Amino acid sequence: MKDRHQETYKEEASELLTELEVALLELEQDPEDSDLIGRVFRALHTIKGSGAMFGFEDIASFTHEVETVFDLVRDGQIAVTKFLVDLGLAARDEIRAMLHGSSPEDEGNKAEIIAALRTLIPGQEVAAAQFPEPDPAPEEFTPAGAPVTYRIRFRPPADIFLTGTNPVHLLNELRQLGELQAVAQTEAIPGLAEINPEHCYTSWDIFLTTSLGLDAIADVFIFVADDSELDIQVIDDGSEAAGDYKKLGEILVARGELEPDHLDEVLAQRPLLGETLIQQGLLSCEQVQSALVEQQHVRTVQKKRQESKGAASIRVPSAKLDKLVDLVGELVTVQARLSQTAAGLQDADLLAIAEEVEQLTWELRDNALNIRMLPIGTIFTKFQRLVRDLSAELGREVDLLTSGADTELDKTVLERLNDPLVHLIRNSIDHGIELPEARVQAGKPRKGKLTLTARHSGAQVVIQVNDDGIGLDKDAIRSKAVALGWLAADTEIPEKELFAFIMAPGFSTAREITSVSGRGVGMDVVKRAIEALRGSIELDSRKGVGTTITIKLPLTLAIIEGLLVTIKDDFFVLPLAVVTECVELTREDVANSHGHNIANVRGEIVPYIPLRERFRIYGEPPAIEQIVITEMDSNRVGFIVDHVIGEQQTVIKSLGRIYHNVEGISGATILGDGTVALILDVPQLMQIEAAASKAAYFECN
Amino acid sequence: MSKVIMTVDDSASVRQMVSFTLQGAGYQVIAAVDGRDALGKMNPGPVHLVITDLNMPNLDGVGLIRQLRADAKHKFLPIIMLTTESQVERKQEGKAAGATGWIVKPFKPEQLVAVVKKVLG
Repeated sequence: MKDRHQETYKEEASELLTELEVALLELEQDPEDSDLIGRVFRALHTIKGSGAMFGFEDIASFTHEVETVFDLVRDGQIAVTKFLVDLGLAARDEIRAMLHGSSPEDEGNKAEIIAALRTLIPGQEVAAAQFPEPDPAPEEFTPAGAPVTYRIRFRPPADIFLTGTNPVHLLNELRQLGELQAVAQTEAIPGLAEINPEHCYTSWDIFLTTSLGLDAIADVFIFVADDSELDIQVIDDGSEAAGDYKKLGEILVARGELEPDHLDEVLAQRPLLGETLIQQGLLSCEQVQSALVEQQHVRTVQKKRQESKGAASIRVPSAKLDKLVDLVGELVTVQARLSQTAAGLQDADLLAIAEEVEQLTWELRDNALNIRMLPIGTIFTKFQRLVRDLSAELGREVDLLTSGADTELDKTVLERLNDPLVHLIRNSIDHGIELPEARVQAGKPRKGKLTLTARHSGAQVVIQVNDDGIGLDKDAIRSKAVALGWLAADTEIPEKELFAFIMAPGFSTAREITSVSGRGVGMDVVKRAIEALRGSIELDSRKGVGTTITIKLPLTLAIIEGLLVTIKDDFFVLPLAVVTECVELTREDVANSHGHNIANVRGEIVPYIPLRERFRIYGEPPAIEQIVITEMDSNRVGFIVDHVIGEQQTVIKSLGRIYHNVEGISGATILGDGTVALILDVPQLMQIEAAASKAAYFECN
Repeated sequence: MSKVIMTVDDSASVRQMVSFTLQGAGYQVIAAVDGRDALGKMNPGPVHLVITDLNMPNLDGVGLIRQLRADAKHKFLPIIMLTTESQVERKQEGKAAGATGWIVKPFKPEQLVAVVKKVLG
């Protein structure tokens, strides 16, 4: 790009040099012709100006010397002589040589010409050549130090519009520097009869909080500073706030707009200072308004500063926060009861209160849960040490890279995430990343790369563990699955499902796949731990390239969105996150499926689990049952219930020690009327059902 | 619609650099070789900003600013002059004639765009 400009410049400079030569020769014939002098000067001026812009600094600085002399010739201070014209022509030849790339011996010529030119300048023979450096590029605004608050009083000249300036653009430019409040002073606007619509009568009092410094503000006004009244004062320097900011009267006195005596006089009478001052005609309404805005602006700035200081220093034992979240959970439950009761009573007053309580409860819940959020970086840092120790122990060379360390997760989720992540990292180093020599042989960098990333995705957090190691051996997994009888030898299944076998219980293939023993717990334990956190886990791998494990987790464990359903007189909750749709199931549909638990949903076969049977709830089901269709790991499974009631904010309670091992139930919640509803463990129910049907399949065969 | 800027300079390389930079920033650019050429190209318009060199044959920058300001249509037109560090007096003349602002040569493309944004808002 620059080259193209440079080419254009070279062409143009060549033309100008020809023009310079012609003009100089004509000037020798007619030394008094000011037009000719002008032509010489302009040619030199353009060569210099453009030269500096397109990277020909040497030409620019040399031409500057010549131009200086001809500027004086133009002013009549130096006469045109043959000597001058000779020098001019010599300089022209020199510039031409520089344009085509100058050689070292030219330096001598240049110095001679410059020295000779300087002798022509009256009284300035020894002045050193000083060509100013080109302006450095405008620096990126980098906030430096604490924000400072300025009071800027800007009174543009009446004829500012006639220079094509729009003062509003200046205010907008200031606004980009920081927090800004502007008060327009309009008292100078005359009546309609005297007004000149082309004049600017308005001035502005501007309050600006910025950390960019005074120069940045002065830059905004650079074109108008000479003709405008401009006064910039620091009114808050960003240091510790010393008590409350000045009172209105003090501000006005400090600005020199009000005599202290007047202030005292007025203060003696009191009511509202500002109003009184205006009534007494001491100040205009706008002057008082401006001072009030200043007061408010600075107070806001100081308050913010104190808040940010305070936030950084609170430390609370985590048990207290857990208690708070528990209490909020109770409150949510009670509030649901209140709303239900109020709706039942149809009392307008009570309904209004219930709605308000509901609003406040939601807000309180969000805030309480937010307090418990911790950046995932707190566990990431622990892994640096783990990776270092493990790779030394196993003879690997591994770099751990992390990103998204500031992604926040509920404290309890984070605590329970530690072990699965440790396990995955251990796996990656032990079974994924090859020994340094093997890596070099495979054409990879000697050092393996292990990447941990975390990011938000909707109401979920996505965590990825990625290594550039050997990857999974699809064929080994396949043959193992076939050997276990989980897969028919000729079945084609997608990669993802094949990799999912690794995480199934009883599929310990470590030896076969990587021929490295010593794997502690299997991947099924990791999967179980992640699912207990209501999360999901997925594997992706390419042989020889690496493996990526993706974990998706909900932001919090304490409260979830649930779908409330009933079977007979019992209430159940399904996590709404996995529910895709609800459809009806009639007796006829059941009859048509010939004893198989499958439903036809818009032409697609969806297997279902009759919860009534699973939970041994006796009695007749209603004529039309409901199928709640869920989707996990791209598997669709329906759950048969009697009725679907609707969405429910579900505060999760654990079932207690005795019921700890109940299969298919992950917890319980208390409904608005005090009834207990059990929360279904969807992934576990799917697993149990899959295992049962597999067993049945083998029995039959 | 994008704003129209006229660059007035007798140096083809400066015209090219200004045009290229401003077109890259999303403006339409009209180029004129001197003051007289510029006056001829002001119609039919509209031109939202003029960037003019000061030293030009036929009609120089200050002359161009004076003539533009004398025309009621261009009374409030923003005009930026290109000056050099040695032209302090010429800059004052330009300001007195009604120039909105100035850019000191040599300048970088970013500086040009910054000043144009400042003046056009």
